[in-house]
Amino acid sequence: MDTKRADKTLNIDYRFPKTGWMDTPVEFKQGMFCHGSKPKDLEAVGFPNPREWSSKDKDWKLPANWKEIVLNGMKERLDKYRSFKLFMDICVRCGACADKCHFYIGTGDPKNMPVLRAELLRSVYRRYFTLSGKLFGKTAGARELTEDVIKEWWYYFYQCTECRRCSVFCPYGIDTAEITMIGRELLNLLGLNTNWIAGPVANCYKRGNHLGLEPHTYKSQIEFLLDEIDTLTGIKIEPTFNRKGAEIIFIAPSGDVFADPGTYTAMGYLMLFHELGLDYTWSTYASEGGNFGFFTSNEMGKRLNAKIYAEAKRLGVKWILGGECGHMWRVINQYMDTWNGPADFLEEPLSPITGTKFKNSKTTKFVHIAEFTADLIRHNKLKLDKNRNDNLKVTFHDSCNTSRGMGIFEEPRYIIKNVCNYFYEMPEDTTREKTFCCGSGSGLNATENMEIRMQGGFPRANAVKYVREKNGVNMLANICAIDRAAFPALMDYWVPGVGVTGVHELVANALVMNGEKERTTNLRSESLKLATESTEVTEKDKKQRH
Amino acid sequence: MGSFELNGRTYQTDEDGYLVNIEEWSKEVGEYLAKQEELEMTEAHWEVINFLREYYEEYKIAPMIKILVKAIAKKFGSEKGNTKYLYDLYPEGPAKQACKIAGLPKPTGCV
Repeated sequence: MDTKRADKTLNIDYRFPKTGWMDTPVEFKQGMFCHGSKPKDLEAVGFPNPREWSSKDKDWKLPANWKEIVLNGMKERLDKYRSFKLFMDICVRCGACADKCHFYIGTGDPKNMPVLRAELLRSVYRRYFTLSGKLFGKTAGARELTEDVIKEWWYYFYQCTECRRCSVFCPYGIDTAEITMIGRELLNLLGLNTNWIAGPVANCYKRGNHLGLEPHTYKSQIEFLLDEIDTLTGIKIEPTFNRKGAEIIFIAPSGDVFADPGTYTAMGYLMLFHELGLDYTWSTYASEGGNFGFFTSNEMGKRLNAKIYAEAKRLGVKWILGGECGHMWRVINQYMDTWNGPADFLEEPLSPITGTKFKNSKTTKFVHIAEFTADLIRHNKLKLDKNRNDNLKVTFHDSCNTSRGMGIFEEPRYIIKNVCNYFYEMPEDTTREKTFCCGSGSGLNATENMEIRMQGGFPRANAVKYVREKNGVNMLANICAIDRAAFPALMDYWVPGVGVTGVHELVANALVMNGEKERTTNLRSESLKLATESTEVTEKDKKQRH
Repeated sequence: MGSFELNGRTYQTDEDGYLVNIEEWSKEVGEYLAKQEELEMTEAHWEVINFLREYYEEYKIAPMIKILVKAIAKKFGSEKGNTKYLYDLYPEGPAKQACKIAGLPKPTGCV
């Protein structure tokens, strides 16, 4: 996309089309959708209808009985998921959700209003599963299922990031993400996924992580980071892999191990655990926290989630510690118990350093690292020099899944305030449970759909711009690997000059380690001295120091 | 999906022009792909391509840029081991352009 037309994208056309939504055909706009799934990736997990296809072709090569497959699939899910049946029935189309969606705000496309996105599916439900729809058709909001409807589903259900902001405002509590998820499940029955989702799913199924890192590659990546830590601190760290009998298994998103700026967060984990002398192990089998299966179908999500617990069992650990991942936590907190649980072969998590019992993880046995570290700081177990982050004016983005799917609001803020002197909140309608999505979640963080990413990410970027202009914020902290992958492009486009970091990178910058040499740079090899001088600190800032 | 013909043989590419089967790569294929990127390949360009292919051979994935930078510095001297040097050779970015010419697939996931 043209990166010099940011001002033009602001001219969003909110006027409705002249024709009603059912009579307005879907137009596939360049930059708004991902490439289609590849046959090899569907074959790898035994998914139906693997074939070469392109969403740009007229013929999507659907199975001959595609209609029967979809309607049977809908029936099966209406019987299986009470939530789906309820969400199909109870919407009164009040429109409270409409302008809460970052994709509607950013695109002005009415079919990105959560109510209308759901209506794409609901209209078919009415036609085939309700008496009024069968009798009165369009008058009752019902429509025939045609190939064009399937194409419309594919276009719009992969233009929803399942962030659930709309659900916060729904007076009936309809979870639109659940509707998108069922929509995607039905599409997957026909072999309709995207390459950016199906590829990582196949990789994770075959090799344990989305990127397809083989065991020796995964290990060598971490060894590279250890080398960097040695250069920075003079400390040689020797973590273990696949070690039986370790007390804890640590699961991180593979993006942290492989891609910048996540790698600095991974260095943060390594440094923190070393300093604590934690009895833990990495795994090259359960080498992924994220779960792109979750963006495909419940069944696929379950299959991928299973390996984390299988590995915990095989290694005989007591409990699981999880890194700064986004949707992994929605899976663990809201789906794990009925998918693969209960994990009663593990123990109720207990911090070996502070003795704190993490009672909220009683059934999943899986503790979020932000809770773990906040607890360490609370018990004064870490020596921290927050001045080492003085080059940064930090704001915090609540990742959709950890905030709305888990309620983690205070812990990351508590950590940041203890390791940074300068922290600023974005406007309250854009944080905590009302946080705006990065615009690239649920498998939308590809490059060919950059247009929709920049449009959908606009509301979040706008809030960052506000604190940049007001407080000089230059760093956007978060606790999600998709955030770390997606935000650099979004910031460069809308708010140049704002970097992106995980919270444990900030922790590691401040962490005073036993036997370390004097630090002259931060984890990014940026000179501490130079950086401090280049940041303008006003009298007002000084008053705000934590 | 796309494809191109070279010396009487057909090669499959993905939607972004990346070679589908890495086994089909040869120096001629690399030269063809470089031409599509409007790049004049020099010895220095090939050093990077060869390193990428060796790395892929061992690890089955394209390296992160900072691993590439460090490895190039170690192998060809510190004056070549920096991001600027790599971007001078491959203006669209070593990850995008050099990997494409080397026939390596793009990584997908939280990247």
